[in-house]
Amino acid sequence: MSTTDRTSTEASNPSEDSAEAAAGAQLSTAPAEDSGGPVGIGVIGWVRWFWRQLTSMRVALILLFLLSLGSIPGSLVPQNQVDAMKVAQWKKDHSFWVPAAEKLQLFDVYSSVWFSAIYLLLFISLIGCIVPRTWQFVGQLTGRPPGAPRRLDRLPAYATWRTQTAPEEVLAQAKTILGGRRFRTEAGTSAVAAEKGYLREAGNLLFHVALIVMLIAFAWGQLFKSEGGKLVLRGKGFANTLTQYDDFKYGSWFDPDDLSPFSFTLDKFDATYEESGPQKGTARDFKAYVTFSDGAHGAPQKREIQVNKPMEVDGSKVYLLGHGYAPVISVTDPTGKVIYKDAVPMLPFDANLSSSGAVKVPDGYHDKDGKKEQLGFNAMFVPTFAGAGKGTMLSQFPDLKFPVLALSAYHGSLGVDSGLPQNVYQLNTSKMQEFKDPDGQLFKKRLLPGETMELPNGAGTVKFEGIERWATFSITRQPGSGLALGGAIAAIGGLAASLFIQRRRVWVRAVAGEDGVTVVEMAGLGRSESAKLPEELGQLAAALHQQAPTAPDQPVKATVEGERG
Amino acid sequence: MTPLAAEVNENLAQISNYLIYSSMAVYMLAFFAHIAEWTFGSRSKVGRTAAALTGAKAATAAAAPAVQVRQKGALGSGETGGTAVLDKPKVVTRSAAGTRDVPDGPGAAGGTENGDLYGRIAVSLTTLAFVIEAGGVVTRAMSVQRAPWGNMYEFSVTFSTVAVGAYLALLALKKNVRWLGLILVTTVLLDLGIATTWLYTASDQLVPALHSYWLWIHVSTAIFCGAVFYIGAAGAVLYLFRDSYESHLEQGRTPGRFRSSVLERLPSAASLDKFSYRINAAVFPLWTFTIVAGAIWAGDAWGRYWGWDPKEVWSFVTWVAYACYLHARATAGWKGRKAAYLALFAFACWIWNYYGVNILLSGKHSYAGV
Ligand code: HEM
Repeated sequence: MSTTDRTSTEASNPSEDSAEAAAGAQLSTAPAEDSGGPVGIGVIGWVRWFWRQLTSMRVALILLFLLSLGSIPGSLVPQNQVDAMKVAQWKKDHSFWVPAAEKLQLFDVYSSVWFSAIYLLLFISLIGCIVPRTWQFVGQLTGRPPGAPRRLDRLPAYATWRTQTAPEEVLAQAKTILGGRRFRTEAGTSAVAAEKGYLREAGNLLFHVALIVMLIAFAWGQLFKSEGGKLVLRGKGFANTLTQYDDFKYGSWFDPDDLSPFSFTLDKFDATYEESGPQKGTARDFKAYVTFSDGAHGAPQKREIQVNKPMEVDGSKVYLLGHGYAPVISVTDPTGKVIYKDAVPMLPFDANLSSSGAVKVPDGYHDKDGKKEQLGFNAMFVPTFAGAGKGTMLSQFPDLKFPVLALSAYHGSLGVDSGLPQNVYQLNTSKMQEFKDPDGQLFKKRLLPGETMELPNGAGTVKFEGIERWATFSITRQPGSGLALGGAIAAIGGLAASLFIQRRRVWVRAVAGEDGVTVVEMAGLGRSESAKLPEELGQLAAALHQQAPTAPDQPVKATVEGERG
Repeated sequence: MTPLAAEVNENLAQISNYLIYSSMAVYMLAFFAHIAEWTFGSRSKVGRTAAALTGAKAATAAAAPAVQVRQKGALGSGETGGTAVLDKPKVVTRSAAGTRDVPDGPGAAGGTENGDLYGRIAVSLTTLAFVIEAGGVVTRAMSVQRAPWGNMYEFSVTFSTVAVGAYLALLALKKNVRWLGLILVTTVLLDLGIATTWLYTASDQLVPALHSYWLWIHVSTAIFCGAVFYIGAAGAVLYLFRDSYESHLEQGRTPGRFRSSVLERLPSAASLDKFSYRINAAVFPLWTFTIVAGAIWAGDAWGRYWGWDPKEVWSFVTWVAYACYLHARATAGWKGRKAAYLALFAFACWIWNYYGVNILLSGKHSYAGV
């Protein structure tokens, strides 16, 4: 039968259709589609109309689609929140687009006005959807399944037979069988109505509520979170107070008192690397061994921190992020007095840990004439040197196989007294003079561990004493993670219930025919897409059939069997 | 320095490569067998679809309520006479209002014996190839003593293994999915071709960030979801073709011979649509779980469970797109073609997340050793 035919039949039979509609009514709590314009008067009419639109399935669908489209740009254009350096680079490379991109907040998509608008609308829509659906569902839980429609044979699954069992007996049996399969049943005069699968709706509501819980948890976490980084040299320590951090980010409602009081020292750092093969030099394992004490009175404990295994302390987590080398350097003044000795962390810039940095000697130096001065050195460090004459100062391997330090020397003012914060890895040479070699060039030298270089004209010596390691840690605190996880688990559970459980109704009708034989009719109606429905109806029918077997000698075939195909 | 965690066993890695190449050869044979199946099947006279949509129209218009084909595997003995005593009542089903009453096509073999023979050969060869390919995945895993999902090559190989496995499982469950065979084998060959020529990475260990049992959980479910979503998407594409073919017929037009011959043998548009929906709906909770597992792992590895890294963004986009599709199915007026386009959009997002994001966008996930 084609669609057009069906429409014409249906049009001619309005009462039957409304009976069918009633049978399927409230099989789900989905809001009804509504495409009418605003009704009622003035502002209130409009507000109502707007609300109805916002909480309709169609608008929810559009908002969902917009949300998925809206998250795309943030993956194509670098984000401030993820990597501010990349944003700067992007701006340099695409200067033409920068004004437009800034206007559209493309560097902060996930906190932009338009993205927030989409998800806020979606979540208002969600709440506006959940509340009435919950009431409706509660109503359904206390209600009874609707009575049988007049023509059961028009339902998606249908079975019928004739039996000599009396109608009342058949209906009583049907009620027992259905009840035994945990259907909720309701007996009418000539028919039993039954329904099952309420958990589907419960699961669906749970899922949507869980989405809200997750959003709240995420927002909570953003508001209260704190995240700081710290570089720790081997043998040195860290205490969890604001002043100790190298950098620190926090949410708007963060309170420094929330930082849990703990400290640790880095005892040892291990790294292993692939020694051969195509992925030579790729890191295999990083491990930091620390001595940890909790609070002011905690006894020190030995702990290990690995890349995937943060150390958890009272709501905070300590992650191992990176590592590198810190050449130990000592400097003597022209009189031979050691005025500086320290391990100076170098910042790696490639996978083989070629690193650069700066050695700054702010105090204690007097030149040959006794004049107070500051010293500065630009430094390059490679853990595995390619060899002299190889024309490169890039490392060949991340481990310490042939460590070499290259220094170039300056004197004058480091500019550290101006009070402005300075990058510890860079030398500001604007107020410094170069030490010159005999050719009048910048004085520089490559050193092996233990080697010493003499500054020109007896200005002092610099010794490469040895090599220390350092590791960077990130200490984060994000409350609400537990809530988010709980929400996520509830969402998955609710989703599974909502997608795998079918809500369905079954009706059994038994009436005495004119010849005194009982005609049994059974029909099932599912919410949608149900493959199991005919199967289940078949099992129910078979069970009932055992109690009310087919009457022998069926004179006329009573049922319609438009079997085709 | 501790010694290397595990020594790469070159031998096993080599065996794995041989197995993958062998499976490609067998898939190739399966491909030809499927082609033969379709070719022989075209000699049959099917015409059921056209009859249902055109010829029978006038005849059934005034008839009693349409009752459709009996459910396969449901009750009912195969009685033919109307007056026989039933030992069990028979269930008749009727398609939902607004859908066409069209029987499923007979499948690629078109009911011809020769076609069916080739079809069976194709399925057997596919099974063989699957076993060989699975062996390739396992030896690869043994050669590196870790989960075999450390780079895109390994990911691709596992992906096609799982897709074929899912297809064979559906066949074993007696689902009507043989029509999927040719498309599936073709894509598997493509996928393996790309994997072995462009994505090949010698067997090796993982960077520290991947050392975690979450690798087993998160990546295995991600691959599984992708492979099964792929089957759902294939269903959606065929649905679109078949649906336009049916509406063509319905409007009284005659589609081309080739088009008729191929599409007529597929299941009806309604069945394909349902198939695609069921597959997608069944995997969606698992995909949700995959993302949650990824977030937990990210929380352990990087100190934040969600940071809008490109991979995370696209997982989210894929997830929302599938949610959109499921909503579309529940919303009147969006069922059918529109919903199918959404399903395809969602799957396109998944594929992009896999190939595009790994290769073109850099983020924390890009150590996947392309
Ligand atoms: C964050 C946004 C949302 C997501 C991810 C989401 C996801 C889902 C999923 C996966 C389903 C299961 C589909 C099915 O049963 O076939 C569903 C069902 C449903 N959703 Fe949402 N949803 C969202 C927002 C909304 C909103 C705003 C509304 C209200 C207008 C809504 C109303 C519904 C309804 C009524 C159903 C049940 C449909 C039915 O009975 O088949 N959802 N949703």
